[in-house]
Amino acid sequence: MNDLNANRLSNEPALDRLPRFDGYAKQTPYLKDPVQKRARKVCETLEDAIRRSGLKDGMTISFHHAFREGDKTINTVVELLARMGYKDLTLASSSLLSCNAPLIEHIRNGVVTRIYTSGMRGKLAEAISNGLMQNPVNIHSHGGRVKLIQDGELKIDVAFLGVSTADCFGNANGISGRSRCGSLGYAMVDAQHAGTVILLAEEIVPFPNAPASISQDQVDWVVKVDQIGDPSKISVGAARITSNPRELLIARYAAEVMIHSGYFEQGFSLQTGSGAASTAATRFLEGHMRRKGITASFALGGITGGIVDLHKKGLISRIIDTQSFDADAAESLRTSPDHIEISTNEYANPGSKGAFVDQMDLVILSALEIDLDFNVNVITGSDGVMRGASGGHCDVAAAANLSIVVAPLIRSRIPTVVRRVTTVVTPGECIGVLVTDHGIAVNPNRPDVRERLTAAGLPVMTIEELQQRAESITGEPRPIEFLDKVVGIIRYRDGSVIDVVRQVKA
Amino acid sequence: MKIVKEALAGTLESSDLLVKVSPAAGDGLDVVISSEVMQQFGAQIEQVVRDTLNALGVTDGLVVVEDKGALDCAIRARVQTAVLRGAEVQTFNWSALS
Repeated sequence: MNDLNANRLSNEPALDRLPRFDGYAKQTPYLKDPVQKRARKVCETLEDAIRRSGLKDGMTISFHHAFREGDKTINTVVELLARMGYKDLTLASSSLLSCNAPLIEHIRNGVVTRIYTSGMRGKLAEAISNGLMQNPVNIHSHGGRVKLIQDGELKIDVAFLGVSTADCFGNANGISGRSRCGSLGYAMVDAQHAGTVILLAEEIVPFPNAPASISQDQVDWVVKVDQIGDPSKISVGAARITSNPRELLIARYAAEVMIHSGYFEQGFSLQTGSGAASTAATRFLEGHMRRKGITASFALGGITGGIVDLHKKGLISRIIDTQSFDADAAESLRTSPDHIEISTNEYANPGSKGAFVDQMDLVILSALEIDLDFNVNVITGSDGVMRGASGGHCDVAAAANLSIVVAPLIRSRIPTVVRRVTTVVTPGECIGVLVTDHGIAVNPNRPDVRERLTAAGLPVMTIEELQQRAESITGEPRPIEFLDKVVGIIRYRDGSVIDVVRQVKA
Repeated sequence: MKIVKEALAGTLESSDLLVKVSPAAGDGLDVVISSEVMQQFGAQIEQVVRDTLNALGVTDGLVVVEDKGALDCAIRARVQTAVLRGAEVQTFNWSALS
């Protein structure tokens, strides 16, 4: 039959160079093997998966950081790649943390020569700030990372994505199984865009796994691993309930600012992040919402137990979750139909056709430093060493109706309000209000907000007054000395360069 | 004031400092400072420590400061306390200490 067909069609000029039919399994040979057909993606070992992925020297590998300090995927994979002899790789993890210190050795040995990340902490950050790498690290925001991928600058060749459960075909999520990180918001982007996708699954479950945060049509290889991460370390130092009176004071002010901002109306939306003061502000908000009889339409972002609590009490209709910051958030994502998992593309990418941040009313953000122009630094410490992350900071700040930065005026002896930030991550024009334990400053570009907060009797002062107050307590810090070498490039969410980080003078 | 024995004051909590004084091994004053904010405030911390020692009339001894980002007022108080303990002073001249 096939031969007959071929003869009949072979001389037909109208078909030009179109391929002639050559059997049903020409493109899908596995369909001829009943075992292969179903199990063809499952690899015995991670090494097998890497071999089959076609990874070569000089390529780009990617990871998600949903396990934060509990991650056990990034170090394990890079260690194996080093043993397999790979060199000159670009590491594109959605972020890096203190637990990634073992990467230092692989950078020294030339396994990793370029890095794209939202941030870094601990020994790795110190080493890079001291000139470990030849090429500067690109620091991007969560939304900006997707933009860099879309624009083709960041081309992920092989994504290594840790998931708590996957089936043999690659349907995977982070809400079932043992080590549950909750939302796979970062991983969803890599699964969509990477050339080759390898799932590192802690548990292989019967087909079809649901829900499929990562879907089978995006996955090339599936390999079972012992542990992808430790979920108990996701919320290290983040989602605690503070009893620190200074943080509670800031939280109370922040809640008051939200209430009198002009946006505290039925159906408002909010994002609070994971800092101690902003988590506490969420708790203060509850009473005010009940008194006024209003509910929020949605809460966005990194989601904490505090937000989940308000959702359970009916005060927040929907939770839009790109990263679950603690076990409560992950559990809520599993159980509540109104707790919705989104990718960072849907969360904050300025190049997406619709990012949730664009619908945001009120956001509470943190700062390592904020200056007289309201520019915010969340990446370098006052000693010039990188110790933070860009995260969604500049994304939400740009899009929200009002961005509120909360920070203590001084941290030990380090002033938070300074004349000029060490590094600009979020431009001051996007910041509406600064709340400190010594008072509240409103950006001159928001006279409407200033008027409302003053009328409400809040301690509003100028940011210059706050800066002088800080300096009168701490003394004037001596400027940090930098060398010429650029160790970090701060990319704004649209891909443009907003600042650079230079090597610190040892 | 003469330091006659080893003495401590302060803690290693954030925003505090630990001051350790001991009698001079040789002649003169030896001040050793380590600080979490050395880059930005090292010079100012040393100045406050030396001024405080000077006001107490300490001319010999070893003074080791481990600073965790304390403000000047805390540094002054901890240095004074360590010195008074090390000098075995029992009665205080409060106006000279303020």
